[in-house]
Amino acid sequence: MLAIENLHAEIGGKAILKGLNLEVAAGEVHAIMGPNGAGKSTLANVLGGKPDYEVTGGSVTFKGANLFDLEPHERAATGLFLGFQYPVEIPGVSNVQFLREAANAQRKYRGEEPLSGGEFLKLAKEKAGLLKLDMEMLKRQVNVGFSGGEKKRAEMVQMGILDPSFAVLDETDSGLDIDALRVVGDGINAIMRAPDKGVLLITHYQRLLDVVKPDRVSILAGGRIVQTGGPELALRLEDEGYDAVMADA
Amino acid sequence: MPEADALPTRRDEAWRYADIDALARIGADAINEWREITVAAGETWRETMVVGSDNPELRRIRLTVGDGARAELFATNVGDDFTRLEVEVTLGEGAHFEFGGVTIGGGDAVREFVTTTVHAEPNGTSNQTVRSVHWGTGTGNFLGEIKVARHAQKTDAAQDFKGLLLEAGASANAVPQLEIFADDVKCAHGATVGQLDESARFYMGARGLSPELAQRLLVQAFLGDAFVELDDEDSRTVLLDTALKALEGAAL
Repeated sequence: MLAIENLHAEIGGKAILKGLNLEVAAGEVHAIMGPNGAGKSTLANVLGGKPDYEVTGGSVTFKGANLFDLEPHERAATGLFLGFQYPVEIPGVSNVQFLREAANAQRKYRGEEPLSGGEFLKLAKEKAGLLKLDMEMLKRQVNVGFSGGEKKRAEMVQMGILDPSFAVLDETDSGLDIDALRVVGDGINAIMRAPDKGVLLITHYQRLLDVVKPDRVSILAGGRIVQTGGPELALRLEDEGYDAVMADA
Repeated sequence: MPEADALPTRRDEAWRYADIDALARIGADAINEWREITVAAGETWRETMVVGSDNPELRRIRLTVGDGARAELFATNVGDDFTRLEVEVTLGEGAHFEFGGVTIGGGDAVREFVTTTVHAEPNGTSNQTVRSVHWGTGTGNFLGEIKVARHAQKTDAAQDFKGLLLEAGASANAVPQLEIFADDVKCAHGATVGQLDESARFYMGARGLSPELAQRLLVQAFLGDAFVELDDEDSRTVLLDTALKALEGAAL
């Protein structure tokens, strides 16, 4: 579903990704773990198409298309969702307005009919309920005045509404307490666990992987995938740390 | 002050950013044309207007607001040539003046609001909010003068200006001028000029909004403040939609 080959990327002239290879098949949740500065967020940002990140080599194929031929909004409409480590505040724009515009822009791109106001609200209510986020929060401005945990929950509500086929989730578990972590993890399972969907789950901690059980786990270090294994790899990392596990590889 | 039939110059404080050549095309006679409006004590007067076209335009309004009365003026300035809306307000005791304005456009035109608010009696209040969005080498100005008479105690006057520049050549100018002779008054003014938030733009793109749609939504949110006090949804929609229509074709 997503195939990354020999990807090189830099920011401000500094090389971060140095020949990264990774494949995620449909139906798979693939966790990416790695020490600070390994390039995890850079990978997420490059996949999302964030300006300032320059791809200097390699390719990414998403659902058979060259991802780099698509603008960020086109990637989204093609089914790619980027969950932000730090969701952005947009003063003056309500979640409802933002998400309805976004959902309908995606539908238009795909040649589908727009959602009516009623259809959209019904969908939003359902997904907010799934993530245990008060519907009133969705009437407020995007992420303005939200706590860290509320922002992450709101990200997952957005994901539920937009219903992507592939999600890149960049440290969606950071800033969550234990209860919120379970709610968010259950949300990811409910929205993304399907034979025709895939997830790239970037995280530092095993605790999210206790809820969202990965099929594959890869270690990203020095801008490359240095090791890939099953869920047991994450457990070993938790026990032994990166240095020890990578030394054995 | 200029002679009756002479044009002002940019040495005059109130005309320092004006397009004097465009003013000459309007003609000196227009300078003396004031629309006079009197709001009787206790009454409310409200007007909304769209100003600006392909030709230069100067509109001057002189408002006299009686005791306890309220005057509200909301305007979208979308001129493709020099367009100036000027308001002189004199407030009676406990009277209120509300002004909300938007200037928006590219090209090389100057669009401006110029207000003089005279708090002549005690307990008067005024609130003015202007938002300017420009690109190309377009300019938006807000010159707001507030005068508080010696006995106009408990005056509460506020001015707020924000400019949003979509391209490096565009400009926005705010000139607040306070002349306060009373000692127990509140006069607040603030002015900032900035650019669109790139991180918000990327965030919106990542959710499926094209650069045009993201910009439109961000500009709409930015402009909204100017008309938040306008308690008439239809009029508010007209003013906002006119502004957003002018945004089409703006630099991204």
